Amino acid sequence: MAGILRLTKVTKEYPRSGVALRDLSFELAKGEFLFLAGHSGAGKSTLLKLVSMSERPTSGEVKISGYSSATLAARELPKLRRKLGIVFQDFRLLADRTAEANIAFALEVTGAPHASIGPKVARLLTQVGLAAKATAFPHELSGGEQQRVAIARALANDPFVLLADEPTGNLDDRATRGIFQLLREINASGTAVVMATHDVTLIEWSGLRFLELEKGALMYDGNDAARLVADLRGRR
Amino acid sequence: MRLALREVLLAFRRAPVLALLGITTIAFSLFAFGLFGLVAINIRSALREVENRVEIRAFLTEGASDSAASEVVVAMQRLPQVADVGYVSPDSALERARAELAEFRDVMDSTVLPGSIEVRLKEGARDPETMRTISGKLTAFPAVDDVRYGQEWVEKLYRIRTIAGVAGSGLAVVFALVAVIIIGATIRMAILARTREIEIMRMVGATNGFVRLPYLIDGVLKGVTGGVLAVLLAYAANSVISRNLVVTQFFSAQQIALGIAAGALIGFVGSWFSVDRQLRQVWRDA
Repeated sequence: MAGILRLTKVTKEYPRSGVALRDLSFELAKGEFLFLAGHSGAGKSTLLKLVSMSERPTSGEVKISGYSSATLAARELPKLRRKLGIVFQDFRLLADRTAEANIAFALEVTGAPHASIGPKVARLLTQVGLAAKATAFPHELSGGEQQRVAIARALANDPFVLLADEPTGNLDDRATRGIFQLLREINASGTAVVMATHDVTLIEWSGLRFLELEKGALMYDGNDAARLVADLRGRR
Repeated sequence: MRLALREVLLAFRRAPVLALLGITTIAFSLFAFGLFGLVAINIRSALREVENRVEIRAFLTEGASDSAASEVVVAMQRLPQVADVGYVSPDSALERARAELAEFRDVMDSTVLPGSIEVRLKEGARDPETMRTISGKLTAFPAVDDVRYGQEWVEKLYRIRTIAGVAGSGLAVVFALVAVIIIGATIRMAILARTREIEIMRMVGATNGFVRLPYLIDGVLKGVTGGVLAVLLAYAANSVISRNLVVTQFFSAQQIALGIAAGALIGFVGSWFSVDRQLRQVWRDA
């Protein structure tokens, strides 16, 4: 399988807080599902920032879908972003717009043809199971539902990879399972997913590949969840 | 473009108070600048009016011939600093005096008043130095008896003009700077209220130009509206002063257009820099 994302000896150092990632290398195949595991401060979010090219590595190279962190011009960044879907722990919805308007916003600002927006939004809402809540405002939705809207928005431009930074961090168990299920479905339809989480149970239960980060260093890359459980739980 | 306009309208509908506050702030800072401008142009036009009355008068010797007088007139007309030259014959001087001083009519005898030559200088050549030079030239003619131009008075006027010019330019810069800073802060506030929108636009891959457009339109609209309001306020203030105190001069159409254009420009530049700062901020931590 062709790799769509490759990090080669990536180190990220901040002038104030020091090294956030150290000498990290890994590859993500097309359509793969990957967890990023580790305590807060382990470097999960930094890794996602580097992958979305919000930040550039201090050394090493991030390569995603033909774009390289070494050569990407600021002008090209929007083009790359349209191929990425990004989801956050705090949803980041526009509070004064309905669910459908929030999703439409992503299409409008990237210049989608006007006529295509309505049907596309409806399809996305159905995909995330919120067809009935199209006209609800974020404050009228539960946390899980808000995250579904955010995921629908992230999918609006048909990304090939979805980056999710602790998407279930603010949700209860039931909603967590729902969101995870949705991400699995999205993954099954061909979109790669990179999900940062400290929810060990979820990783254990899924049996999927994960990267274990600790203080910016890659400790493990594989799907032996037993090891992770020992590592993370043992150190608590 | 249509989307950008819709976003502008939406922003106004969602936070009308903030938008109105912004427009009012812009209007008042431009108004303050406008008032200062009004004072400045009125002082300047008053000074110019006084200056227009500045003239050099050369009294001719008694019995100077008309040809000797016209020789002086022609010589004066040739000077580049001279706007126009007039000759007042002894007869017309007497006539003028009779008309102006009716009570002395009986005393006047045709030989009492000398003829004279009045020299007006061009704008920009009414400084004491030039006046001294020209009167020196006049004195050199044998037909000229005495030259007067109110030396002390001209020097004082000239000093006032210089001070007004320097102080005016300095104050104009300060006022303009204050207006720019206040307007810039106002626009920045409006944009900070929309940080999340900008963040999301960037996240989903809107181009920088696309992100900027609604804010630039917003800034320009606010600048223009504020500029128009400032002109109306200044007009009202000017009318009140004209009616009750002294008749003052208002801005020309060109100056008004320039003021409104300045409002638009400040709005544009302010928005550009504020959005740019947001654009440079990347992926805020959750």
